[in-house]
Amino acid sequence: MKKALVILLSVIMVLSFTGCAKDREVLNVYNWGEYIDMEVLDMFEEETGIKVNYNTFVTNEDMYVKLSKGRVSYDVIFPSDYMIQRMIDEDMLQKINMDNVPNYFNIADVHKNLSFDPDNEYSVPYLWGTVGILYNKTMVSDTVDSWDILWNEKYSQKIFMQDSQRDSMMVALIRLGYSQNTTDQNQVNQARDLLIAQKPLVLGYLVDEVKDKMVQGEGALAVVWSGEAVAAMELNEDLAFVIPKEGSNRWVDSMVIPKNAKNVSAAEKFINFMLRDDIMVMNANETGYSITSKTAIELLDEDWRNNLVAFPTEEMMSECEFFEYNAEATVMYNKAWTEVTAN
Amino acid sequence: MSKRRFAFPYLIWMTIFIVVPLFLIFFYAFTDNASGKTLFTLEHVKAIFQPLYLKVIGRSFYMSLIATLVCFVMGYPAAMILASKDFSQKNTMLILIVLPMWMNFLLRTYSWLSLLENEGLINRFLVSIGLGQVQLMYNNFAVILGMVYNFLPFMILPIYSVLVKIDKSVVEAAKDLGANGARVFLRIIFPLSMPGVVSGITMTFMPALSTFVISRLLSGGKITLIGNIIEQQFTITGDWGLGSALSLLLMVLIFISMIFINKYGDESVGAGGLL
Repeated sequence: MKKALVILLSVIMVLSFTGCAKDREVLNVYNWGEYIDMEVLDMFEEETGIKVNYNTFVTNEDMYVKLSKGRVSYDVIFPSDYMIQRMIDEDMLQKINMDNVPNYFNIADVHKNLSFDPDNEYSVPYLWGTVGILYNKTMVSDTVDSWDILWNEKYSQKIFMQDSQRDSMMVALIRLGYSQNTTDQNQVNQARDLLIAQKPLVLGYLVDEVKDKMVQGEGALAVVWSGEAVAAMELNEDLAFVIPKEGSNRWVDSMVIPKNAKNVSAAEKFINFMLRDDIMVMNANETGYSITSKTAIELLDEDWRNNLVAFPTEEMMSECEFFEYNAEATVMYNKAWTEVTAN
Repeated sequence: MSKRRFAFPYLIWMTIFIVVPLFLIFFYAFTDNASGKTLFTLEHVKAIFQPLYLKVIGRSFYMSLIATLVCFVMGYPAAMILASKDFSQKNTMLILIVLPMWMNFLLRTYSWLSLLENEGLINRFLVSIGLGQVQLMYNNFAVILGMVYNFLPFMILPIYSVLVKIDKSVVEAAKDLGANGARVFLRIIFPLSMPGVVSGITMTFMPALSTFVISRLLSGGKITLIGNIIEQQFTITGDWGLGSALSLLLMVLIFISMIFINKYGDESVGAGGLL
């Protein structure tokens, strides 16, 4: 009898605990590493009472595999352009009801109607940037204006490449004069061979660690995303950033709601919150990346707003393109990149 | 009957956490659902026998063998010192060996980064005393160092625990019969410690062969071991079939090496007993 009572009591306790957890609304957010001002999340929790479960990924591919194979459910994710295209193609995203995201009005027109989501149905732009070369002026004597310098033996063991397949393949493809979105097996193979030939000169293949290493003076040249460059240049005056003249990649990371999201209304609230001017400014200041909002940009410091690394002119980006998704080409890129890393 | 009942929880545990995952690896390695249906396929298994992967496997074997050898050369004397009865600092030293294992493995490896980097502590010291910068990281040396550092305790402790238990009267008998120190060691102590050596080698070689964190961090993502390729299949390319097939191959190779090591170990114990 006593035993039964104990069991009954513990069952009631367990049930009441789960009850508590259910009372509080939960929002699951999946974002890039070092890509938000964490205080923003506290503010959101305070203002809405919704608890934020925040997780991070390293690359688009990493995120995609977790989402498509891991059977996990997130409410808001921050993929890049080509990955959004892929997720739309594969029916992984749901349309966002923009009536519930009134701040969408703040987004600058250049970030709307882009090829991966032509009717702005699935994605809300968050931050954008370019890919270029971050270099240390005290260690590099040549002019840095071309991808060629990454194959210059003078800088052997002083070069960092991105451990991100599309970005590194892009560098090699453009250097060869091909499109960064090529679907030609022969061109992909040539790019692969070029990267393999470069390997002895490369010090490391990194993603999030590049910034700190370049600030320390660990390497002379690195392929980085523009926001990393902005943040690094603030910490070390010897650093400079250039978008190579042959062209490069430009990208925009957007907020999307996956099909299997459990809390769509909270997701919409969160997306709208992230577009608020004060929040945009906080995130821009923390991450170094460029904001997509035309109203928040006015609130940035003047230096920041005129920073050509963060906000390059259209002319500087004239040769830059977005990545595009193509299912067959993805298989080629995967294979080529595996061969580069394995060699 | 009652013993059986006690074993039951372990049985469930082993089923859920060992048998099921193993089955899943087999399942993914031999099936393909690209067409939407799950079909049996040998494609993944065929794919792993490319020169590219064999090269990476070769590299992994090479580096983990060196690491194991270094661990053995460093670990055996350490275990002997620990086991000798006139060593008074035994407990302190044992704690010092075990202590790093209380810290997170990633944290320990990260801290090597700040030591070995080109702008790291060691290089700053070398530059400040007038010696030039030496590249300590981003190469094989760093990866092997990381393996040795992380797995050395797993070599020392099994050997130590066997050495401590060796019957001292056997050693005394050998000495009484006129054997000198070297002879006692080669003919008595070393053969008797063989079980410890075998498990020490097993416990350092296996994790070294399959590691991907040490190689990625200490080589700056430049040196790819088989563990990295497998990880890449699961996290980046999403080719779980290939990843599982490579894991299977790795398991088979480890299994073969273990048979080899154990057989060799048994023989020397036998030989030691006969002599």
